[in-house]
Amino acid sequence: MTRITVGHLYPEHLNIYADRGNIAALERRCAWRGIGFEAIAIGPGDALPDADLYYLGGGQDRDQLLIADDIARHAEPLRAAVDGGAGVLAVCGGYQLLGHYYRGHQGDEMRGIGLVDLVTEAGSRRMIGNIMLDCRLDGAAAQRLVGFENHAGRTFLGEGVQPLGQVVHGHGNNGEDGGEGVQQGSVIGTYVHGPLLPKNPWLSDWLIGRALERQGQNRQLPPLDDRLELEAQRVAAAIAAR
Amino acid sequence: MRAPLALEIGLARAAAGLSRLAGTGGGTTLPGKLLWKLDPGAVDRLAARLPQGSALVSATNGKTTTAAMVARILEPSTRLAHNRAGANLVSGVASALVAARDAQLGLFEVDEAALPEVARRVAPRAVSLGNLFRDQLDRYGELELIATGWRDLVARLGPATTLVSNADDPLVASIGRDRERHTWFGLDDPTAALPEMQHASDSKWCVRCGARYAYTAVYLGHLGDWRCPACGDARPQPSVTAREIQTDGLDAVGFRLCTPAGDVAVRLPLPGVYNVYNALAAAALALELGAGLEQVRAGLERFSAAFGRFERIDFGGGEAVLLLVKNPAGGNEVIRTLAADEAPKRMLIALNDRIADGRDVSWIWDVDFERLAPQIGSVICCGTRAAEMAMRLKYAGVALDRIEVRTDMDEALDRLAAAGGSSYLLATYTAMLDLRGRLEQRGLVLPFWQEAA
Repeated sequence: MTRITVGHLYPEHLNIYADRGNIAALERRCAWRGIGFEAIAIGPGDALPDADLYYLGGGQDRDQLLIADDIARHAEPLRAAVDGGAGVLAVCGGYQLLGHYYRGHQGDEMRGIGLVDLVTEAGSRRMIGNIMLDCRLDGAAAQRLVGFENHAGRTFLGEGVQPLGQVVHGHGNNGEDGGEGVQQGSVIGTYVHGPLLPKNPWLSDWLIGRALERQGQNRQLPPLDDRLELEAQRVAAAIAAR
Repeated sequence: MRAPLALEIGLARAAAGLSRLAGTGGGTTLPGKLLWKLDPGAVDRLAARLPQGSALVSATNGKTTTAAMVARILEPSTRLAHNRAGANLVSGVASALVAARDAQLGLFEVDEAALPEVARRVAPRAVSLGNLFRDQLDRYGELELIATGWRDLVARLGPATTLVSNADDPLVASIGRDRERHTWFGLDDPTAALPEMQHASDSKWCVRCGARYAYTAVYLGHLGDWRCPACGDARPQPSVTAREIQTDGLDAVGFRLCTPAGDVAVRLPLPGVYNVYNALAAAALALELGAGLEQVRAGLERFSAAFGRFERIDFGGGEAVLLLVKNPAGGNEVIRTLAADEAPKRMLIALNDRIADGRDVSWIWDVDFERLAPQIGSVICCGTRAAEMAMRLKYAGVALDRIEVRTDMDEALDRLAAAGGSSYLLATYTAMLDLRGRLEQRGLVLPFWQEAA
């Protein structure tokens, strides 16, 4: 049986915004299609296992500091895995860790893994609220992405680095440039939680498709009954528009 | 020039009456808000007039129930100013002070974030710190932020104020640890422990050194008999404990209450380990406020649910049980309690995303609906985020043909009544108020401010 593997980094530290909902969305949507699924928890001190997709969630500031040093070990292995076709999905604090650093108000820096050319700086006000984006992955037609953002960090992408989508309602990366998140090949980072994947089934399926592709299989997936998902998305979009 | 206090109080009371006449609700915060506008310092002066002073109860979960239990214990002997309808910001405390004409003692449940300001104004003689769980991150911020506010507040308390704290919560136990006047309460019954930590546990890492806590027993979320293997920090020895916990279905829980004043068997007419914690907090605080052990036992055994907290009503030819669910830890305890009865259940789940509920609904994914899913015979989802709730249940493993989405609460209640039989109604804070409002219009429950009076 076909099976995809997700390496879940620091699930006990980075789980504040219901990150397990993202894992559940991937797992169920594979199961409903007869695709096997395995999530491997990667804790402090563990080696990076081989996986089709790596997941990095968000944590409280204190919990994030506890793993900041440990994650540096994975910078090179993760880059190699991505070069080999693996995907990365990083949300909230995990998204910030993808970049070069997070700079606090006092100029103190927490280093990231530098997988993507981006930096984050502490802002003076938290950006909190429902958010809606328009995304165009792989040049496909625009897809709607909905969720909730809650971050004080302001993230700036390097020259030529593409955001995940354009903000229709909400703040996005920094409240200024209209971009939200980042997409670089199979690497996606975003502030959108809620959690991210259940209400945006197209993105779950994009990630599953990429994982299948890495194994040399067809990334086209049979459709599922997504009426509840799309209704939840419609309601979230209407609330974001208010 | 400031108006005389008596005139301000008169105006505020008149406003409460007008609010009720106008049908806009219990008027529970209106008089306080008005008084607050007229003269913020009036709260301090009203509190200072209480001959026996004030006691404050705060926690993420259980503050309404705990304060209601303390009221049950003390009421036979003491006239209380008590914000019993759950209005727990400064304005709610002000309203309770205005409404209670000849109160002897102030008993206030207080919002976690509002506790520092309320404590500064009312200069309490006792403060109960119950627990800290992740809750409405868009409103409260991270747990550490609340804990920091509590630490600062405790550092400013006068030496005569007693803290009554939950020793089983390592984050709470890190607050005012070396304070002299400090009563600790906690569970002491390893047979009631959970087999493992729940998914959404908070405060897993030592507050002092960052290592992972080890538990001899985990009772609820991250509450238990904890110690840090790295730095040696450990649970303070509680002096008020519960032993020999015996659950009796969804009707009651029995336990032996052990205190410095002696031991006594208690049959609490509410289910769940979380209510044992509430009862312990209430017992420890009531003893501190001068109640006798027998008075504590009698008050706890006389207790009926606070509104919307395991409240039972006649509905649809059966019994409907109303259960407030507002964050992962509280939701998981409700589910653990319900799941103990394996029978198939008819349910209604009302999910709102208004400010008082938290606009971010992602927390429902940290509630273990997976555990309840096999027992859900049918479920109606309603509220502003009805579809989101339905989707959550789908991913928890509930078959689609058992899930119905009715955003409108009246429609949802009609459907539930038509199905007939007994049911469980889970609702977030404003959804509970909405549901109760509709049940009230149907003549099935009293308005909460009347029932509470």
